[in-house]
Amino acid sequence: MIIPIVRTAIIALRRDRVSFVLSFVVPIAFFSIFAVIFGGQHDTVPRVKVIVVDEDRSRVSQQLVKGLESDGSMIVFTAPAPTKSQPSPSDYTAATAEAAVKAGDVSVALIVPRGFGENPISFGPNSDPAKSSPAIQLLNDASDTIAPQMVAGLLQKAAITAMPEAMAEQGMKYTDKYIGGFTPDQRKTMEDSLAQMRQRENTPAAGGDSPDHNGPGSSGFISVHTRSVVGENKKSPMISFYAAAIGVMFLLFTASGSAGALLDEAESGTLDRVLSSRINMTGLLAGKLVFNLLLAFTQLTVMFLWAWAVFKLDFFSHLPGFAVMGLSTAFAVAAFGMLLASLCRTRAQLGALSTLLILVMSAIGGSMFPRFLMPAAMQKAGLWTINAWAIDGFTKVFWRDLPVTALWPQVCVLLAIGIVLFAIARRIANRWEYA
Amino acid sequence: MSANSTPAVSTATPLKVDSLVKRYGQTVAVDGVSLSLAAGECLGLLGPNGAGKSTLIRVIAGRVIPNAGRIEVFGSAAGSQAARAALGWVPQELAIYPRLSSKENLRAFGSYYGLTGKKLNEAVAWCLKWAALEDRAGDLARTLSGGMKRRLNMAAGLIHQPRLVLMDEPTVGVDPQSRNRIFEMIEALRAQGTTIIYTTHYMEEAERLCDRIAIVDHGRVIALDTKEALVKGAFASRSQVLARVEGSPAAVEAWVAQRGGRVVDGTAEFTVEHPSEIAALLESSSSAGLELVDLSLRRPNLESVFLHLTGRELRD
Repeated sequence: MIIPIVRTAIIALRRDRVSFVLSFVVPIAFFSIFAVIFGGQHDTVPRVKVIVVDEDRSRVSQQLVKGLESDGSMIVFTAPAPTKSQPSPSDYTAATAEAAVKAGDVSVALIVPRGFGENPISFGPNSDPAKSSPAIQLLNDASDTIAPQMVAGLLQKAAITAMPEAMAEQGMKYTDKYIGGFTPDQRKTMEDSLAQMRQRENTPAAGGDSPDHNGPGSSGFISVHTRSVVGENKKSPMISFYAAAIGVMFLLFTASGSAGALLDEAESGTLDRVLSSRINMTGLLAGKLVFNLLLAFTQLTVMFLWAWAVFKLDFFSHLPGFAVMGLSTAFAVAAFGMLLASLCRTRAQLGALSTLLILVMSAIGGSMFPRFLMPAAMQKAGLWTINAWAIDGFTKVFWRDLPVTALWPQVCVLLAIGIVLFAIARRIANRWEYA
Repeated sequence: MSANSTPAVSTATPLKVDSLVKRYGQTVAVDGVSLSLAAGECLGLLGPNGAGKSTLIRVIAGRVIPNAGRIEVFGSAAGSQAARAALGWVPQELAIYPRLSSKENLRAFGSYYGLTGKKLNEAVAWCLKWAALEDRAGDLARTLSGGMKRRLNMAAGLIHQPRLVLMDEPTVGVDPQSRNRIFEMIEALRAQGTTIIYTTHYMEEAERLCDRIAIVDHGRVIALDTKEALVKGAFASRSQVLARVEGSPAAVEAWVAQRGGRVVDGTAEFTVEHPSEIAALLESSSSAGLELVDLSLRRPNLESVFLHLTGRELRD
């Protein structure tokens, strides 16, 4: 009795070839994405973007910057990328670096202060704060909890590997000060050693990062003062991020569900009947789009209100930004739903295709984990998703407290996505228009 | 249609179909159909499943684009806004929203035709009364019985008070009691002067409801006239004799062929000018060594006409 049931189910599944294929493609595609992100199979470990401002301009500070630049774990920027209007932009300053962190261009900025080169190392008893080494300022975005710690460690590593002569010289000073001076022979030997170190640093191999050296951490040789310039006053740092990230993912699922209603109507003949009235296909799809948009916006609103009520998200002081981002996101998501409905011919196809697309978009678009943790290539790929632009926009509003005008890139992209997807959906929907 | 409705008076012919052709690949679903309807007339499209009736209806409704031919609804091309407004379509499928109530369904379809306010309310009230669904107005469509769903399906096609109504097998799958209720609805509509095209493969429905009947087979209208004229045209004043005999199949075949009849479902059928010819039939069967089990005399009907014209049963 069981075999006939199984046979019937297999035949039905094979008849719907698209869903049959997708039922195998979905898990493989999803597995591959996670393998790329976490498996490091393409050697694309995420590199931290860091702005370095060298206010000291001393030999020691330049050695340190050079050491940071040569570290494969970081991408160091000392000046903004050239543009058409500014082909050769001037170097970052402390103020512009802080602004860049606030804008989300990078997660971390390092400010090497004036006087750093005179007294770069901070170990040993420090009885005279006035003469202590000026600390390097580490400005960070509190939403990225990993990058500042990583940079602080790499900074210590760079100090050891890139400026050994400075460390040795500093060691001599400490010895002179606290132990009581060198004999002339000792001093000569030390000077010779320092000269050799300087010579080695000037060769190309000098300053290279050795994998055997582990950074001693932010409490190491170089004094570092860490300051969050974004989110330092936030009560719940990641709530807005997750409200947007999870919200967008489920908006996509809802849009796919309401798209299914269109398939039901087509199957039952209701769609045909509606199209025999005064309503044409464009009007029908536009009506469905507006409904999906309102539904998606309401969902987002409810989610953020919940975040406000339960997780203390500062919702009401960001209403304009929320409205702009919410409507833009809802529009793009609604159009995505319309495209899914027009692409699929059965509910089974819709289920498989929407699962594939939504999970992939959510994975690479940052709905499941922040994009800054992903390899650079994956971060770029994420820009092809609705999730990434929506999350970036909501982060600007709720995390960076940026004004509505700063949302124009996200709004423009989301609106463009919505228009393009709807236009494609309308085109494909021709198959329903006339037989 | 409703007491307050004042449909625009038009002298144009409700429907003109000229040389209509619709092909799906190699299959010709509608093959050169031409017909026209007079105001207030009810035309039946009678034919077996797959004859092309529904395709013809869908072309007239503007939902299928024909390969050739022309359709005018009150002088306007099929699919135009004027044609859509004048035309009501009751599809064979239950094309209603299952999660909406009867009243909400009617309001939805009414608004799709641009009805608002008082006009919409009056149209909904008229439709609920016409379909005898007043006491189920608030019930969800999916909770209604099969017959009620059919009636709601019909009412949704009439919500905008069309002057020409296309009904595509509206009694499919309903019990005899519900079918009678639907007949009464259509008769009420006819009494108001609505022009109707009614497709069916039930001869009794066509005979009861329609002024003229078009017999459709393989996408073509093979006969179009009143029931009486169709029967007369096919059989003149002749009657049918149905005889069941027992004997070897070969002997039965030989006897039937000799007497100019045919065997349908094991029953021998003959056409006679006068009942007195029956005696000769009986004699010849006895001579052929066949034993007569049952014999009846029948006036030809539409089924007989269809069989006569196509050589097939109406419900093949």
